Amino acid sequence: MTGTFAFDGRPVPFTEGQTVGAALLASGVYSWRRTRRRDRPRGLFCGIGVCFDCLLTVDGVPDQRACLRPAAPGLDVRTQIGTGRDDLVG
Amino acid sequence: MISSADGAQQAAAVTAAVTAQARPGLAVVGAGPAGLAAAVTAAESGMAVTVVDAGLRIGGQYWRHGAAGVAADADLHHDRAVFADLSARLDRAVAAGSVRLLLQHQVWALTREGDGGTTVLAVDRTDPARPTEIRVAANHLVLAVGAYDRQLPFPGWDLPGVMTVGAAQALLKGSGVVVGPRVLVAGTGPFLLPVAAGLAARGATVVGVHEAAHPAGWLRRLPALGAAPTKVAEAAGYAAVFARHRIPLRHRSVVVRAHGTDRVTAVTLARLSSRGRVRPGTRRTVPVDVLAVGYGFTAQSELPLQAACAVRVTPDGTVAVTVDDEQRTNNPRVLAAGEITGVGGAQLAVAEGLLAGAAAARSAGLRSHADVARARARRDRLRRFATAMHQVYPVPPAWLSQLDGDTVVCRCEEVTVADIDDAIRLGARDGRTVKLLSRSGMGWCQGRECGYATSCLTAHRLGTEPDLAAGADRPVATPVPLGLVARGGLHPAPADALPRIPNPNPIPDPNSLEEHR
Repeated sequence: MTGTFAFDGRPVPFTEGQTVGAALLASGVYSWRRTRRRDRPRGLFCGIGVCFDCLLTVDGVPDQRACLRPAAPGLDVRTQIGTGRDDLVG
Repeated sequence: MISSADGAQQAAAVTAAVTAQARPGLAVVGAGPAGLAAAVTAAESGMAVTVVDAGLRIGGQYWRHGAAGVAADADLHHDRAVFADLSARLDRAVAAGSVRLLLQHQVWALTREGDGGTTVLAVDRTDPARPTEIRVAANHLVLAVGAYDRQLPFPGWDLPGVMTVGAAQALLKGSGVVVGPRVLVAGTGPFLLPVAAGLAARGATVVGVHEAAHPAGWLRRLPALGAAPTKVAEAAGYAAVFARHRIPLRHRSVVVRAHGTDRVTAVTLARLSSRGRVRPGTRRTVPVDVLAVGYGFTAQSELPLQAACAVRVTPDGTVAVTVDDEQRTNNPRVLAAGEITGVGGAQLAVAEGLLAGAAAARSAGLRSHADVARARARRDRLRRFATAMHQVYPVPPAWLSQLDGDTVVCRCEEVTVADIDDAIRLGARDGRTVKLLSRSGMGWCQGRECGYATSCLTAHRLGTEPDLAAGADRPVATPVPLGLVARGGLHPAPADALPRIPNPNPIPDPNSLEEHR
C-alpha cells in the first residue's frame, strides 16, 4: 500500500509498510507535537512505541504514536498541540 | 445489571468452561528472537501456543523488517538463516493450528488466575482507529518482551532530531527511512556500530561514532570475547564498513549538549577520562542533522513484575528477571527469555527462548525434542560474553556533571533538574519520593525513559545508592481506552468465553453492544 496522507493539510507520500512517523521524517518533517507545559517542539524519539514523544492527531483522535501507526491513504494527520483536547476545555 | 446470584452462576459457568475447553497451553508475549524460539519449540512439542506481539510483523526489534521482508535488506541483518528457520517453523505451526499468532496486539496487563495460570490482556490494534480488547488464558506463560535503549539526559536532548539509536535502526529496518543526511551516533555499547554502518550503507553521512568506553577493556576479558567468536567477526565487518565510508570512531567521547531551536543543528562533544568523567578543555561543537544516542538497554520489566516474577538489578543497571537453569521464574509456570533476564543480544535470546519453550512443554507433561543441552551450553557461553560486555561498556558518570537547571529529565511531564532538586529540598530522599513530588516519571511512558536518570540523579545529590527497581512496576503496561477496561471488568474470563469487546470510543455501535451483553 503506497499513497499519500495529509499532514497539517499538506500531502505526505509513503511507501508500503511505512509508519506515519517514518513517512514524515522521510519528507523532512522532524517535529509534530508541541508540549503541554513549555510549548516545546517534539518529534520521534524512541521509534518503537516506548516513549510517547511522537504523539500526533490522526483523523481527529489525539495521542496516536506516529512510530507505531501504519501510514494509510487519506489519513488526516495533524500536529498535536498540548493534550490535543482543546475542544474539551471550556 | 445482573444480580449477584446470576454473577455467581456465570462465574461457575466460566470456571467450567476453563476446565472443559482446550485452553491454550502456552501464551508467549513477544515475537522477537526469544519469543519465536520459545513458541516454535513448545508448539513442536505438542503445546497449543498463542503468540502476542505489538508489532506489525514478527522478528521483534532485532529482525525488524519492512513489507519486503528481511531478505530485502540482507546487509542490515545478522543471523538471517536463524530467522528464516524460526519463521518457517512458525508458519508451519500456524498452518497446523498449533500456534495462534496475534500481531498488533499490545499487552497491557497480566493477571494470575486461581489455578496458577495467567490471563494475558491485550489491546488489539489491527484496526488502529478501533482498538478492541482480547484476553488469552493460558496455563503457562513465556515472557519475551525485550528491551529498549537506555537514555541519559543532557541539555538539548528533547530537541527534535535527537533520537535513540534504536529509533534510527527501526526507521531503517522497518520503514526504509534513512535519518539524516548528517548523523552523529553516540553513547555506549556495541549496538552503535551496526546502526552507524547501516546508515552509512544506505547513504547517510555518519559524521562520527562517539563511544564513551574504550575497547581496551576487552583485553582484560579475552576469554569472554573468545566465547563469542561471531561477535568478533561482526565487529571486524563494521570496521571495514567504517573504513570504506571514512566514518571516524572515537572512544572515550560523549555528547554533552545538543543545540538548536526547533530541531537539533549541532552537538557539543567532550573527551572522557578513563573513569568516565569529562576532561576539561576538550569540548568541540560539530554540525549535525540528527543525533542518534543510546547507553545500552533497559529491559521491559513491567509485565514480569505484574506476573509477580522475582527480579534483580544487574551490574549494568537493568532490572532483570531472575530465572533458573531452565528459564523458569519463581513461578514455575511463568518462564522468561531474552533481554528481560539480562541484556545480552539476539543469539542469547534464541538460546533462552528454546530452553523456555522446552521447559514449558516438559512442565505440561510433553516431551520436547529440542537440543536442550546444546542450547544450554550456548546460553552459558553467551551469558559470559554479555557480562563482560556490561563491564566494558558501563554508563559513564559524566552526564551528572553536564546538566543545567533547566535540562529536562522527564520528557513526558517536562520535569527539569531544578524541579528534582526542589523535590530533594522538600525532603525527598529516594527516587520514588522525588517522582511523587516532581512528577518525574509520571507521564505517558511511566518513567521508562527517565526512571534510570531520576534514580541516579537523586542518589547522586544525596550521596546514596540508586534504587533502580523502585520505579519499574507499571500496573498498566500500555495506555488502554478506559471503555475497554470498564466493559471487561476486573476479573477476566478465558478468551473463548468472552467475546471481543468493542471500544465504545469514538462511536459505539448500539447493535454490537447489544450483541455482547
